[in-house]
Amino acid sequence: MTNIPETGRTPRVQIRLVIIQILVFSLLATLGGRLWYLQIREGDAYAKEASGNHVQQVVSPAVRGSILDARGVPIADNETRLVVSASRTDLLKMKDDGEAVLTKLADVLGLKPKDVMDKVRLCDSKTPQPCWNGSPYQPIPITDEATAKQALQIRERSEDFPGITAEPQAVRRYASPGDANTAQVLGYLSPVTDEEIKEAEKSESPYLRSDMVGRSGLERRYDQQLRGKAGVTRYEVDNLGRVMGEAKSDPAQPGANLVTSIDARVQRVAEYELQKAMKEARKEFDDNTGENYKADSGAVVVMESKTGRIVSMASNPSYDPNAWVGGISGKDYARLTGKKSNYPLLNRAIQGQSAPGSVFKVIPTAAAIKAGYSFDGPYQCSSSYNIGSQVFKNFESKGYGPISLGRALEVSCDTVFYRLSHEEWKRDGGNKPKKNANDWFYKTAHQFGLGKETGIDLPNEVTGRVPDRQWKQDYWKANKDSWCKTGKKSGDYAERIAYENCLEGNRLRAGDSVNYSIGQGDTLVTPIQMATIYSAISNGGTMYDPTVGKAIVSADGKSVQEIAPKPHGKLPMSKQALGEIDEALEGVATRGTAAWRFADVGWPQDKIPMHAKTGTAEVYGKQTTSWFTTYTNEYTVVMTISQGGTGSGASGPAVRNIYDALYGVSDDGKINKKKALLPQPQKSLPKIQPDGSIDAPKIGKYVPQEEATQESQQAATGDDPAATVPSPNTGNNRDTRRRADRSRKRRRTTE
Amino acid sequence: MTGASGFSVSGYGPQRSVWARLFARDSLARRLDWPILLSAIALSVIGAALVYSATRNRTELNQGDPYYFLVRHLLNTGIGFALMIATVWLGHRTLRGAVPILYGISVVLIILVLTPLGATINGSHAWIKLPGGFSLQPSEFVKITIILGMGMLLAARVDAGDKPYPDHRTVLQALGLATVPILIVLLMPDLGSVMVMVIIVLGVLLASGASNRWVLGLMGTGAAGAIAVWQLGVLDEYQINRFAAFANPELDPAGVGYNTNQARIAIGSGGLFGTGLGNGSQTTGQFVPEQQTDFVFTVAGEELGFLGAGLILLLLGLILWRACRIARETTELYGTIVAAGIIAWFAFQSFENVGMTLGIMPVAGLPLPFVSYGGSSMFAVWVAVGLLQSIRVQRPMSA
Repeated sequence: MTNIPETGRTPRVQIRLVIIQILVFSLLATLGGRLWYLQIREGDAYAKEASGNHVQQVVSPAVRGSILDARGVPIADNETRLVVSASRTDLLKMKDDGEAVLTKLADVLGLKPKDVMDKVRLCDSKTPQPCWNGSPYQPIPITDEATAKQALQIRERSEDFPGITAEPQAVRRYASPGDANTAQVLGYLSPVTDEEIKEAEKSESPYLRSDMVGRSGLERRYDQQLRGKAGVTRYEVDNLGRVMGEAKSDPAQPGANLVTSIDARVQRVAEYELQKAMKEARKEFDDNTGENYKADSGAVVVMESKTGRIVSMASNPSYDPNAWVGGISGKDYARLTGKKSNYPLLNRAIQGQSAPGSVFKVIPTAAAIKAGYSFDGPYQCSSSYNIGSQVFKNFESKGYGPISLGRALEVSCDTVFYRLSHEEWKRDGGNKPKKNANDWFYKTAHQFGLGKETGIDLPNEVTGRVPDRQWKQDYWKANKDSWCKTGKKSGDYAERIAYENCLEGNRLRAGDSVNYSIGQGDTLVTPIQMATIYSAISNGGTMYDPTVGKAIVSADGKSVQEIAPKPHGKLPMSKQALGEIDEALEGVATRGTAAWRFADVGWPQDKIPMHAKTGTAEVYGKQTTSWFTTYTNEYTVVMTISQGGTGSGASGPAVRNIYDALYGVSDDGKINKKKALLPQPQKSLPKIQPDGSIDAPKIGKYVPQEEATQESQQAATGDDPAATVPSPNTGNNRDTRRRADRSRKRRRTTE
Repeated sequence: MTGASGFSVSGYGPQRSVWARLFARDSLARRLDWPILLSAIALSVIGAALVYSATRNRTELNQGDPYYFLVRHLLNTGIGFALMIATVWLGHRTLRGAVPILYGISVVLIILVLTPLGATINGSHAWIKLPGGFSLQPSEFVKITIILGMGMLLAARVDAGDKPYPDHRTVLQALGLATVPILIVLLMPDLGSVMVMVIIVLGVLLASGASNRWVLGLMGTGAAGAIAVWQLGVLDEYQINRFAAFANPELDPAGVGYNTNQARIAIGSGGLFGTGLGNGSQTTGQFVPEQQTDFVFTVAGEELGFLGAGLILLLLGLILWRACRIARETTELYGTIVAAGIIAWFAFQSFENVGMTLGIMPVAGLPLPFVSYGGSSMFAVWVAVGLLQSIRVQRPMSA
């Protein structure tokens, strides 16, 4: 400064010192500025990050809600099991990737080492089941059926089993009350996948790593309600995860219970009778194919006619839903998804579609009335109907002369409908269709809800198909290339068909309209569609969305959210037409094609008016499909058996037995109200106590009427709770009916 | 002053009381640079509080005694204070005479680090383990010997009045004197200390008035040396990772970028006033590693906020400002050089230390002067304060 000359200081040093000072203070200013930026400008963001840093969440899973039948009997609930799990991360730390430990574990559990190792590998596109499709960081369950002794062995020698745990856990149980397994309706659970966790991250109900997710059936449809909400406790932790204090905790909310309209007892009857009917059908000889009926699959639906609620729904082949619990084994998975077992996971009541045959005929009847034809006719029921050189025969080439539409339904006369449909086709322009064609027969089918889902509360329902002009056009577009390639003018049958389709497959031909009129050709329906339509006929014309879920009741029983029946449309018929069809369908049961299953064999028609329609659909290259649609004022029962034979022949006895069980009818036509399982649909909901327990009646085993005689002795000793079991049939009228059956076995009823 | 009057009343002759003598016009106390002294004391005390907050929960470090580090930090400060007094008493000129001995001792010590006596702490092989759980980081003392030694060589002929600036030969000698210990420290490798030493050499050369060519040449050599160190693979992986994490802060926040990421979160979350001493969740949760030593500034940032952390920067600034004044006002080039070396040392080390916690400098294991826990560092910076005081005290009072 001022003393430079005095100290003899050179200016160069002084200047350099000033430079140093400037440098030093610019460094300090930089720090100050950065400090301001971090703490003042970005302070809030960092404060947020810091709070996220030191809080850890501990998640306690919620207990999944039960699925109850209409009276409160649990058909899916939880039980505590000893679950042995392996931590993949721990195993992979070992030199041999845990092979030695798993081998030792397999020995303790009595399993094959390979099976155990397969269970802990991760699923990818190349790995077949069994494999783990959950998070690799989550313990993988090896078995949930460990005995207390095995669990003790593992726990006491924990140093021999690093990464292996044996702990009690709540696992799903499909209780199969009274042997009703309800498999396809219930669905199953499997571990949540990484993608699902990511997807649901921001939603209201995010998944936990350990969550099980409903994959089909009710478990999937009502997953959110059943799952509940996991409890989360937030702890303040330090960098090593040591807990320093509890920040906040939300207790787990157990999942709600789903009350269904399923009655486990009726469900059992339906499953049993379906199985038996298919077995019986396999004993029958099919003249057309020259071998016994295959009866490869079947379905039955019991619906409340006035609400659309499902009382029972059975699909065959079936499986044990418990196979999924605790991770499915490779053998089970192969069996459940294999062609050999004919895909038992499919719920054929909503996912099986086939040509309906004559049960379809209520639709062309309604269509004919709409098109202006009178119900009374008369219409000529000839033994065959000719279009040019093509001959369309009546079933078994039988003629009934001039009859009304009602009578045509009763005796299931095909030629009446051929003629009407063909006439309408001609009126719409025939091979040169008018622009604004009426298409009454197709329009009406759509109005009946065919070709689209019924809206049942089960996932993956299929739509069936109405083979109208639009569909023909679309289908031809999609397939013409392959048809034109394989088609030959003078080849075998398939080649000729392909050739024909290539040329004019986009056009609705006369033959198409004829086949369509009796539910043949390309028409496809599902059993649930048929049940919806026939229950609408029963209840005066309202088509309801079929529902299995009836109410969602919170775990403590306090909150009850009812699932009300929801109509999705009215049948396109006047009250009068509806009444006439209803009468005709009663005629089917009293004097028509189904009479030998009801009126002729002691059905109390005066007390419980039965209505029915039979159907035997022909499928190219296969045996006929058996269809049987029936209803009373209370219930609608629809049954179908693929490659099972005729409608009333294959499905008839089973449907009759289901009604017998529902109403307590014995073979002599007497009604025993005590034996009736459910003469009126269950209205009230089961009570759930605040502690979560459910007031459910006991349930016994279904004793089919044939076996009743033998078991009557046991029943008398009081082994079975009498109230819930259809009591043995003492006045044994069964033989009579059987004999009647037998005498009619060879009789081919017109269907 | 009441004490002073008490002494005089007791009537011990004409001898002036201790206090009176201490504050006499030309007394030592009057000539001391109080802002530096008080700032250094304040920083040490703040440091003690921060070290306490950072370590009271770290049972794996403090052997169950929450005051373990607090007590030791204060003890270190006390020893440092004593060393300062000793330095002032001896005087920087006397120490100039002792440079050969000091230089010899410190070179031997850093060579010892390379022998089995050396210990590695936090990846840095820069320590000598002493009995009783103590350890010594000789590179801290090397900084002082480099400053004193270079000052001695560079100033000798200028102060003697022979030349206005150090000549090339002198500069070469001085650089040679600095290079030997720097190379040894590089071998440890204690890269942080090497950086500080190079900056010290630069500051010393600047202040000595050496030709611009030397200054620019040294900068170029420093840059070339940095590239060579990088290319030759002298660096350990952890050191490379630190640079990688600096270059890309988003890189692996759980791995190599963890330190800096957590440090930034800690400081940023402090806001204006901080969470209060002992209340910082980042500090209490021990999310920032090495928080009592290299990352002590994060405790200040989180718990004392912008005001507290800013105060630390202000106090450091005060020391540097006063030191600059001392450097300018002393009559001898030797004193100027020593002061400038200390300025370069404190300034760069503070900037690097605070800068790495703020994410504007790569991580290097350097303590924050006075604040960080660590004996060797504390002793060295207090000796440096002693040197600054000595330069100020021993200059002829300007009238």
